[in-house]
Amino acid sequence: MNDHIRATLTSHHDRFTLAVDLTLPGRGVTVIYGPSGCGKTTLLRCLAGLQPAHGHVSVNGDCWQQNHHRRPVHQRPLAYVFQEASLFPHLTVRGNLNYGYRRVPRGQRRIGFDQAVVWLGLSNLLERRPHQLSGGQRQRVAIARALLTSPRLLLMDEPLSGLDRQSKLDILPYLERLHAELAIPVLYVTHSPDEMARLADHLVLMDHGRVLAQGPLNEILSRLDLPLAEEEDAGVIIPAVIRESDPRWHLCRAEFAGGSLWVRDQPGTDIGQPIRLRILARDVSIALAAHPDQSIQNLLPATVRQLATEAHPAMTLVRLALGPTPILARLTSRSVHRLELSPEQPVWLQVKSVAIVE
Amino acid sequence: MTAEWQAVWLTLKLATTTTVVLLVLATPLAWWLARSRHWLRQPISAIVAMPLVLPPTVLGFYLLILMGPSGPVGQFTQSLGLGTLPFTFEGLVVASVIYSLPFTVQPLQNAFAGIGERMLEVAGTLGASPWDRFFTVAIPLARPGFLTATVLTFAHTIGEFGVVLMIGGNIPGETKVLSVAIYDHVETLQYAQAHWLAGGMIAFAFLVLLCLYLINGRLGGGEWRP
Repeated sequence: MNDHIRATLTSHHDRFTLAVDLTLPGRGVTVIYGPSGCGKTTLLRCLAGLQPAHGHVSVNGDCWQQNHHRRPVHQRPLAYVFQEASLFPHLTVRGNLNYGYRRVPRGQRRIGFDQAVVWLGLSNLLERRPHQLSGGQRQRVAIARALLTSPRLLLMDEPLSGLDRQSKLDILPYLERLHAELAIPVLYVTHSPDEMARLADHLVLMDHGRVLAQGPLNEILSRLDLPLAEEEDAGVIIPAVIRESDPRWHLCRAEFAGGSLWVRDQPGTDIGQPIRLRILARDVSIALAAHPDQSIQNLLPATVRQLATEAHPAMTLVRLALGPTPILARLTSRSVHRLELSPEQPVWLQVKSVAIVE
Repeated sequence: MTAEWQAVWLTLKLATTTTVVLLVLATPLAWWLARSRHWLRQPISAIVAMPLVLPPTVLGFYLLILMGPSGPVGQFTQSLGLGTLPFTFEGLVVASVIYSLPFTVQPLQNAFAGIGERMLEVAGTLGASPWDRFFTVAIPLARPGFLTATVLTFAHTIGEFGVVLMIGGNIPGETKVLSVAIYDHVETLQYAQAHWLAGGMIAFAFLVLLCLYLINGRLGGGEWRP
């Protein structure tokens, strides 16, 4: 288990019980998702050693906790970005960045000071004091400060939830870049479906201090037995690559394992670029035969895998397979009955709308 | 005037010594009081605050008995070959430290409590050990509290009278501080000398408090409410 994060933890605190058993990939972004009060933050604090818990924690082969042998927080090679930036008010931005950086032995530094400053766009802010920064700038400093400890694991606890919409939109590209350029595994706590869609490779679904499901993003998103499937914007996130563009109609063709879709082009969608497509279940419909004489052009052959009636019996959620890629479709139960849909049946998927999320 | 200057010098020496000793002792105590959830926290807070409400003579009386030749502290100091503490400068320091304890502990305790757990947790995740966190985060953030504690302790020690009279008596150059000197002058109807010393203390007290307010106002951390 040298390339995995393993955590088996139980913690009782103020009548709240956390009991989790996690095996997470040793790289990429794992989003820990769930409603408020489900124990996401507690889990992160226990992993960091900020809060005592029983059990075992190891990160890529390095044991951080074995029963009562708990390494204290300052000896764990991790970085933590809190919900509020929590910058040291008595230090400048430079002082804040240096605080963690100076405490890493020179030979173990893997991220340079200037590199972090450039990555998070802080060059003009170094001599400022925290109270002279906007909320978004503060959180960028906090992220750079965390990265400068050259962590083996980056823990982020709803780092965007305290920010206004514009600051969120400003910071997300920085996070996506870190995602693309850093080999550090990230555990990212959020209850925002948008942040999850943009950042997650892997998903841990929590409720009431327990793990409901964990696995690769789409495997979890396309399961019909989880609370996610009941949500209004249930759907899947598909990694794809832009292969072709049609400048006349401002469309581009995104190819993924199992097919390709025409999507609206937008700045930054160049040929060869990897993107993420988000397809909501409510935007997918099913036909038994291909009808080319209709407005929907994204028409793909697929196979029905599973059907489940939703909490409201009028709706049925269908999981289909496009080659190896799962897709969800939300139909009325009457349509399902009329089309006599059943598992393993070949059908045609009509995708009305696709969003590029990255 | 030599006797007067001797009293001034002795007073400043006592106040400085007391302040230094108290800052060293009270910092860990205030830290513990601000952060512990131990059941002893409230009883110890109450004991620390006692000199605020007790008449100084009560404190002086019991200290005299404790440190006297037949008191437990007195027997201990005698067994160390140090003699007894009452009517010596060292005895005055011990009494002043106890008497001014709340004036050091309370501003520090408030300052430490105001820092909050988060800043220290952040420092921990950035690789700082508990001692490191204390010196690089807690103390700098508690700076207004340290300033208040220092000034209040210093000024309060200069102003004490009852405890000094009970423990120190009135030995020139050893225990005769300003407040006692003023008392002496008044008792012997030397009002002119009394005016010089008393007026000087009023000016001194005003200057000290003015500086404290100005500096605290500038630091933005003016938590001190006298």
